[in-house]
Amino acid sequence: MTTKNPEYDFAWCPGCGDFGVRRAMEFALQQYMDTTGEEVENTVVVAGIGCSGNMVHLLEGPQPFGIHGIHGRTLPMAFGIKGARPDLNVLIAAGDGDFLSIGAEHIAPQVQRNVNLTAVIMDNGVYGLTKGQGSPTTKLDVITPTTPYGKLERDLNPLDLYLTLGATYVASGISTKPRDLASLIHGGMKHPGFALVHVQSPCTQYNDTFDALKGNVRKGIQPIAWSVPDDHDTSDRVAASALVRSEGIPIGLLYQDPDSVALDDKYSQTMARQKTKTAQDLMDSYAFKVQ
Amino acid sequence: MQQDKDFIVRFAGEGGQGMVTAADSLAQSAAQVGYFIQTYSTFPSQIVGGPTWAQVRISSRPVLSSGDQLDALIAFNQEAYDTHAHSVRDGGVIIYNSEAFELEDDGRSFGMRFDELGKSTGNPRAANMVVLGAIAHLVNWPQQYLNDFVVRRFTRGRPNDEQIIEANIQALSLGRDGAATTSFHLGELPPIEKPTWDQVLVNGNQAIALGAMAAGVDVFVGYPISPATTILIFMEQNLTGQDKFVYQASSEIESINAIAGAGYAGKKAMTSTAGPGLSLMSEGIGMAWMMEVPLVIADIQRGGPATGLPTKTEQSDFQIALHPAHGDAALPVIAPGTVEECFTAGAVALNWAERYQGPVMLLSEHMLSERSQNIPTPNVAGVIDERRQVYRGDNGYLRYENHTLSPMPIPGGPGSYVANASEHDPMGDTTHRPDRHVHMTERRFSKLALLNDGTYEEELTEEAIVIMPWGGSKGPAREAYEELLAQGIKFGWYYTMYLHPLPDGLLSSLKQKDLVIVPELNYLGQFASHLRSLGVRAEALTQYDGLPFGVKDLMVRIPNLASLKAGGAVKA
Repeated sequence: MTTKNPEYDFAWCPGCGDFGVRRAMEFALQQYMDTTGEEVENTVVVAGIGCSGNMVHLLEGPQPFGIHGIHGRTLPMAFGIKGARPDLNVLIAAGDGDFLSIGAEHIAPQVQRNVNLTAVIMDNGVYGLTKGQGSPTTKLDVITPTTPYGKLERDLNPLDLYLTLGATYVASGISTKPRDLASLIHGGMKHPGFALVHVQSPCTQYNDTFDALKGNVRKGIQPIAWSVPDDHDTSDRVAASALVRSEGIPIGLLYQDPDSVALDDKYSQTMARQKTKTAQDLMDSYAFKVQ
Repeated sequence: MQQDKDFIVRFAGEGGQGMVTAADSLAQSAAQVGYFIQTYSTFPSQIVGGPTWAQVRISSRPVLSSGDQLDALIAFNQEAYDTHAHSVRDGGVIIYNSEAFELEDDGRSFGMRFDELGKSTGNPRAANMVVLGAIAHLVNWPQQYLNDFVVRRFTRGRPNDEQIIEANIQALSLGRDGAATTSFHLGELPPIEKPTWDQVLVNGNQAIALGAMAAGVDVFVGYPISPATTILIFMEQNLTGQDKFVYQASSEIESINAIAGAGYAGKKAMTSTAGPGLSLMSEGIGMAWMMEVPLVIADIQRGGPATGLPTKTEQSDFQIALHPAHGDAALPVIAPGTVEECFTAGAVALNWAERYQGPVMLLSEHMLSERSQNIPTPNVAGVIDERRQVYRGDNGYLRYENHTLSPMPIPGGPGSYVANASEHDPMGDTTHRPDRHVHMTERRFSKLALLNDGTYEEELTEEAIVIMPWGGSKGPAREAYEELLAQGIKFGWYYTMYLHPLPDGLLSSLKQKDLVIVPELNYLGQFASHLRSLGVRAEALTQYDGLPFGVKDLMVRIPNLASLKAGGAVKA
């Protein structure tokens, strides 16, 4: 497709954080095409289920290839695409429910493999599309339709999880700053390995955290989001862990392993040393000579 | 069964006592002088120990099944004797390990001290050769066959080759001499006319993998599970080269989604699994059907449900193979019945997936995966590497506009679209419009008509009552069919490995029959039930003990079922 589908009638709610994430992805993709000279058809965006899943249908401008798959399986699908076609640029768009709840089992293996993928996780702390149930990042004690007496579980710290698992690129963004977010995403695309860009993308209907994140002077609300200090050493995993364990939510690039080697490269190097075996060679190896 | 043509020996004991090695050695030495062989083994799901048995059938004509009436049983312990002695035919012989237990003289058994005799040669691992020597005596087999085998097997370019060969040959002689002190004999295998065609010695899983390689498989992602693991290992070792990708996933959910990604990205992609893994793949398979992504799932059936019987055989996954996912979906199913057919199935499954742009189920089973057989060398060069129709036009393509198959855009090329697990409009974007769901549902099913090139076997087509086995039950059923025919009891014979969609012409023939008897290894009679839903008067003949059918059983049960259903119309 050269343009977005004019008949597509799904829309995010007015003010939804996902609009900002979409702009950031469009910027990042354009920057990627400008710097690499690749056509848009060389990019595949893999989305899961939830409000975030509509990203593939709602991207404006030149249209990449897209997948709107089943719930929670963006990582294995993207892994299969990249394994089969290392020449493609593969982006993931997933929500906190899709990525951190039903899809959580895929994060650790993908981090260990360090496949050259970029995942953009749109975190609104709630299941939006199914109307407001609690998610892994919903705060303790919050009342939702599925936590009518308050949520009994502590909320997950996704950034801490990614760093602990050993991810080689961990960034934290916010949907209200699409230009900054775009550069974090573009940085992820350039990173040789699995890049995780976790985005605060509030839900205006069921978990409106805009004021909490950015603060509101008139209402006397202090912002919980803060910028990663300029002097933070992004190659220092321990320092990054300290940042994500402090109060509030640091925004910016937290960690990038300067020695990261993508699985794609290791794989092709290993295979380059192996002899290509044809089906005929293999069949011949089972040949049985009657004496 | 056929004492003049066949010789069936079973080695039974504790895992780790070398049962499989003994059977393989006997099989290979027989195959090397030109006999047809088939081995089968079954063992518990543990690394060492537990009751294990391995069997070899040696014949002067092609072998149809592993056989159920033993000419000889080698019992390494009391439990093995108690379990298997009843399978020995009248006139058969039991050799037991008299270091482990003693039997009173029953006129058909004799004891030998396998380990002691083996160790006396200076090679502690020669006990198996003692056994093989004894067997050679029983069938009056030239010991040279076994000696030659030992020389070939142990000539490995190591300094102690000579020594090991000498010890093993000595062990063969000790076994032979030991057996010669008894009066037991099993008759003689007729001399063989050496086959003039090329042969390979492979098992079912190797044949599937070789077929897939011949058809140009590009990507394989799998997760270890009995009895499918050997396909994953084969691919890890052999699917090398540019633009190929093979990987061990972290679960079957990963496997299916990864190969869906690879299939979407333009590659011939495949996975292998067994029942529990197939259950986990359910949603991903439905997605591939919905998105119209080519891929192949090889399900090597074991006993179920749940963890079930990981290392036993069963044919109880037909229904889940046909309908692996929720919603309206019916997968193409290819179920090979022999090792040769496993090769063909591996190739055709991949080509079918490409042709109709969707998931294809290759349904094999434990008894085939563990069956080694010398077969005429499959024709690798004759396999077509069929590829999907690729869209090469301009951008602005409507991938899902047609009412049937349409060329598929590949990432990196023109025609970008969204592959959508939700119901979708012509561009692939989500829609819930009633007319689109009707349109797309019909489109997805219409493509099955492209897979009408399956073949089938038919014999004695004038008979109103016919036998139609599927999968690995083909062998025992075919043997029973031939034996019954030799006795003058006639049934028609129908067989295909293309279970869905059925080959053109087969269904209309079956519908004309008074009774289609379907021997199948499950409780529900799954395939017979499917045939009935298509208007065939089919009745299942079931068995669900984790073992293959016995020919002798079928020879009783088939005529019984026929006379029961047909009111005594079957005459001997």
